[in-house]
Amino acid sequence: MSLRPPLRAVAIGASAGGVQALSAILPALPVDYPLPVLVVVHVPPDRDNALVPLFQSKCRVAVKEAEDKEPALPGVVYFAPSDYHLMVELDGSLALSSDEHVNHSRPSIDVLFETAADAFGPGVAGVVLTGANSDGANGLRAILEAGGQGLVEDPAAAYAQAMPAAAVAACPAADVLPLPAIAPHLLSLAPVP
Amino acid sequence: MSLSPSPRDGGEDIELQLLLEALFQRYHYDFRHYARASIKRRLVQARDQLGFPSLSALQDSLLHDPATLPKLLNYLTVQVSEMFRDPSYFRALREKVLPHLRTYPSLKVWIAGCSNGEELYSLAILFREEGLAQRTLFYATDINPQALAAAEAGVYPLDQVRKFTQNHQKSGARTSLSDYYVADYGRAVFDKSLRDGVVFSDHSLVTDAAFAEMHLISCRNVLIYFDRDLQDRAIGLFRDSLARKGFLGLGSKESLRFSRHAAAFADFDRDDKIYQRREP
Ligand SMILES: C[S@@+](CC[C@H](N)C(=O)[O-])C[C@H]1O[C@@H](n2cnc3c(N)ncnc32)[C@H](O)[C@@H]1O
Repeated sequence: MSLRPPLRAVAIGASAGGVQALSAILPALPVDYPLPVLVVVHVPPDRDNALVPLFQSKCRVAVKEAEDKEPALPGVVYFAPSDYHLMVELDGSLALSSDEHVNHSRPSIDVLFETAADAFGPGVAGVVLTGANSDGANGLRAILEAGGQGLVEDPAAAYAQAMPAAAVAACPAADVLPLPAIAPHLLSLAPVP
Repeated sequence: MSLSPSPRDGGEDIELQLLLEALFQRYHYDFRHYARASIKRRLVQARDQLGFPSLSALQDSLLHDPATLPKLLNYLTVQVSEMFRDPSYFRALREKVLPHLRTYPSLKVWIAGCSNGEELYSLAILFREEGLAQRTLFYATDINPQALAAAEAGVYPLDQVRKFTQNHQKSGARTSLSDYYVADYGRAVFDKSLRDGVVFSDHSLVTDAAFAEMHLISCRNVLIYFDRDLQDRAIGLFRDSLARKGFLGLGSKESLRFSRHAAAFADFDRDDKIYQRREP
């Protein structure tokens, strides 16, 4: 296997059943996890911001809502605010926008993944979790095409299969893992120094 | 120095830079300092939907075919809006800002980046409900001529009006939104008297000058599309356009926190992103 360039960020997308799935991943990250973790979860626009306090109480890493133009720091989980797309700029900072919905979603996983692929090239790992639509499949393909890594929750065991199944179909090269194996995999990709 | 091209793309970022430069030099629309990730997505969308093989081909058409400019502008500027979007902002204006404005005999309000007019009509209705419309002059500005024309027409699809009505109610409405429009073939045509004290104008926060003596500037979900330098330019423009102790309202994910001009403003309502000009 050829030497991979070091990772600079992890990007995660989840929809139906996403809170439970993320609960099996984010709390497992150590406080000094060496990468920023960018997360899009589809939530109804009016049920704002409940995710941040929920995961703050469960996690050792810092958890916050992403703000426009802030740098993405290692050891911090950034949630897209509801009703805004979360994007990555070329300098690695975060950006929000109220552009049109993509795949009927805002935030959209494809938007996060495509801009992360653009900004980080091979330095990003994209993770598609449970969901009942197909957001994230095109974005994961963009990540793999840029030389990054793709991880998909095993559709057979996922709470909702459609989204991970679409990602697997679009990205045959992605690693397919059962939910409990995803956090250990993320740790092995970016060992704490 | 490395001679190999960036692995990230096949020169697309170069094409993008050149296209924005061409747009500026030819038409004086300056998108060179807009937040890049969003503008790139939208240009790629324009390229694909308008049927060009590359951004360079789109640039060629932009320079030689006058019909391309308005089409491209509709991609470069994002026209997503709602009446009473983020109702708590309008509630805060109603309950906290208007009591201050009430003390002035005449008022000037600037809606910068008014899009199709949703925010303008929201404020016009709010000011009417609170009895301030008679003494107020509204300036509604944008760079997109089609959006300005739509704002001047004040006609919206009826299926959006349900959301507008809910938002209006949550803003502490004293009237019913249906008092202000008539339904007509699936469209809501807003009462033209709402436009009585309104001046519509083509104005760019990037390339144009300040206005004078505004009591309230509402500029929502526009700065988010700018890079930091451009945000600072626009915020400097707002500072120079505001009357003593005038108010500035931003979008719910925008703030003055990182701005060079932050010291010129005081937090007035932190949650709803309303600021007040400090005494100079
Ligand atoms: C997303 S809309 C916001 C509409 C409304 N203010 C709201 O919050 O719902 C952004 C608007 O900003 C306008 N805009 C973009 N660049 C501008 C500039 N340089 N000066 C003034 N308006 C601009 C666009 O044409 C568009 O109408």
